[in-house]
Amino acid sequence: MNKISQFQGTLIPLDRSNIDTDAILPKQYLKMLDKTGYGDFLFDDERYLDPGDSETPLQTRRKNQNFILNIPPYNRGTILVSKKNFGCGSSREHAVWAIRDFGIRVIIAESFGEIFFNNCIKNGVAPIILGKEQVASLINFANKKPDAQVSINLTEGILSFDGTHITFSLHPSHRKSLSEGLDEIEETLAIGDKIRAYECSRLQSEPWVFVDF
Amino acid sequence: MSSKTLYDKLWNSHCIDETHLYIDRHLLHEVTSPQAFSGLQMHSRPVWNKDSCLAVPDHAVPTRNRNLGTAGIVDPVAKKQVERLSENCLKHDIKLIDLTDNQQGIVHVVGPELGFTLPGTTIVCGDSHTSTHGAFATLAMGIGSSNVEHVLATQTLKTTKLKTMAVRFTGTPTEAITPKDLILKLISTIGTAGATGYALEYMGHAITNLSMEGRMTICNMSIEAGATAGIIGYDATTESYLMGIPRVRELPELNRALEYWRTLRSDENAQFDKEIEINLDSLESQVTWGTSPETSVTLDTPIPKAQCSNNTDSSSELERSLEYMGLYGGQTLRDLKIDSVFVGSCTNARIEDLRIVAEIVQGRTISPNLLYALVVPGSGSVRRQAEKEGLDLILQQAGFEWRSPGCSMCLGMNDDNLPEGSRCASTSNRNFEGRQGKKVRTHLLSPRLAAYSALAGKLTDKYE
Repeated sequence: MNKISQFQGTLIPLDRSNIDTDAILPKQYLKMLDKTGYGDFLFDDERYLDPGDSETPLQTRRKNQNFILNIPPYNRGTILVSKKNFGCGSSREHAVWAIRDFGIRVIIAESFGEIFFNNCIKNGVAPIILGKEQVASLINFANKKPDAQVSINLTEGILSFDGTHITFSLHPSHRKSLSEGLDEIEETLAIGDKIRAYECSRLQSEPWVFVDF
Repeated sequence: MSSKTLYDKLWNSHCIDETHLYIDRHLLHEVTSPQAFSGLQMHSRPVWNKDSCLAVPDHAVPTRNRNLGTAGIVDPVAKKQVERLSENCLKHDIKLIDLTDNQQGIVHVVGPELGFTLPGTTIVCGDSHTSTHGAFATLAMGIGSSNVEHVLATQTLKTTKLKTMAVRFTGTPTEAITPKDLILKLISTIGTAGATGYALEYMGHAITNLSMEGRMTICNMSIEAGATAGIIGYDATTESYLMGIPRVRELPELNRALEYWRTLRSDENAQFDKEIEINLDSLESQVTWGTSPETSVTLDTPIPKAQCSNNTDSSSELERSLEYMGLYGGQTLRDLKIDSVFVGSCTNARIEDLRIVAEIVQGRTISPNLLYALVVPGSGSVRRQAEKEGLDLILQQAGFEWRSPGCSMCLGMNDDNLPEGSRCASTSNRNFEGRQGKKVRTHLLSPRLAAYSALAGKLTDKYE
């Protein structure tokens, strides 16, 4: 997983609330078997004028030139900014893989769907929660100065743009996961003895849970 | 000893430390598991406890020609994915209920039917509607594929304790009100992010009077209010359902289990972080007008007008929804012409749902103007039970197609596709843009309203 603790990039404003994971990556791409290769299909329904799937040659598809991801310089943006409840709905981690594969490393929103938020942490995409007015000012800034850089320091919890500094909070365990890019499974397996001891005690107290199914 | 909520009890009995929750049961399906199995392979890691897992392909499976097995899957990409699930299960010796198995169905319908879902356990699945199993006093949560891999490898989930919210349904609903109406009403009251960060516990007479099927419908849509988990305390109804399942009756030390399960309720005076009351006295049948599950209204309530909103942000979002849905502000939904009806999904494809639809359409025929009218049972067991009761004949004589189990049109990953721009009355759980197909307009409603609407070819709650 890519580590992320300090980051500088340009914004992609998505001035809407309740953007769901069906919109971020439509169902036809959930049949793929890998964790990568989803970037071209991010926001597929809005990004292309005609329908397609993973088998459709990209060069044959007409792009919706009015959609933000097709408009320079936003099409090279790396920080997505949206409003309330970003990533609600389906648990599909494919949505985060599409965002990451497109090149986006940070998502700023007023709030996030819970499963989506956790999926971001697992994939080195930093989900940052800001207040409504702060999000509005960032969207405004992105509209006025599309090329301007925004800096994010996850360690300090500071986001800087246009001479303004905004503080934000991130749970220490999430910050650690993002900045160290740890293999969480390896970390958990390190407490394997604790897990086995717990199992032994549950096997005594609730033997019916541990039947072969 | 201080009073505890049911969530506290479930959390306390499963937390290994502050950030690791032990997982008793793991449901797998074809869409969110292949990357997790690949991850295990890449690191040469074994599955921690194969007996905690049950795999069922459901998302992209065809609802016709099921005797052919995977050979009946037309889409080669979907076929490969379903085959990959079989390969992974074979490799790790995980129990698989495959396409030709007469128990196959939607994971969240199959798990409870087979007694895989037990009170007092933790259940995860790479699917946001895992909250369904909370109806059994179970802590059940949807997770992403990385966590599927984490649970396969370690039998734990890295997570932190949720806040708790009590949802008390008060008052007495009329007979026309169904569980779907209750949950849609809650979602429209608190919003799709209203319960983010919370575990919901549903309570009140309206809940205790419900069957397990109805309770599952309610817990199922917890995620549509933002909650990853929704639970209901154990009672005589839970016990009677469980005692009807052979596997449960054969569990070791069943009497001890029952004694423990009966404690799985929130203590009196237990403190919740938040409480909300929904009064059902004057509740009318709900149907959504927009592109978010929080947009439910009654058939006769005018839908919002964009220009009336004080908030400019939500005003443009409202306009976007209205435009997508082909509606105008102030319009009412009664008698709105529909193109298709879908009765199915992990929300509303259990036997009771099919009984309601059959009862309403018996001896009548659905509108000839409908392009599609599908009934997709939630599982093989539901399908067989319905056939035993003759519901399949009633539904087919009325003009419905009678299909084999799967997620089907809820998300249209299989070949049950709706034409672009068409309008569907659906008993499923999400009305997002594009959810049921490109530009498809989805109205979420109960099986009861779906049945009346199918007969009329338009949204309604009565015979013409």
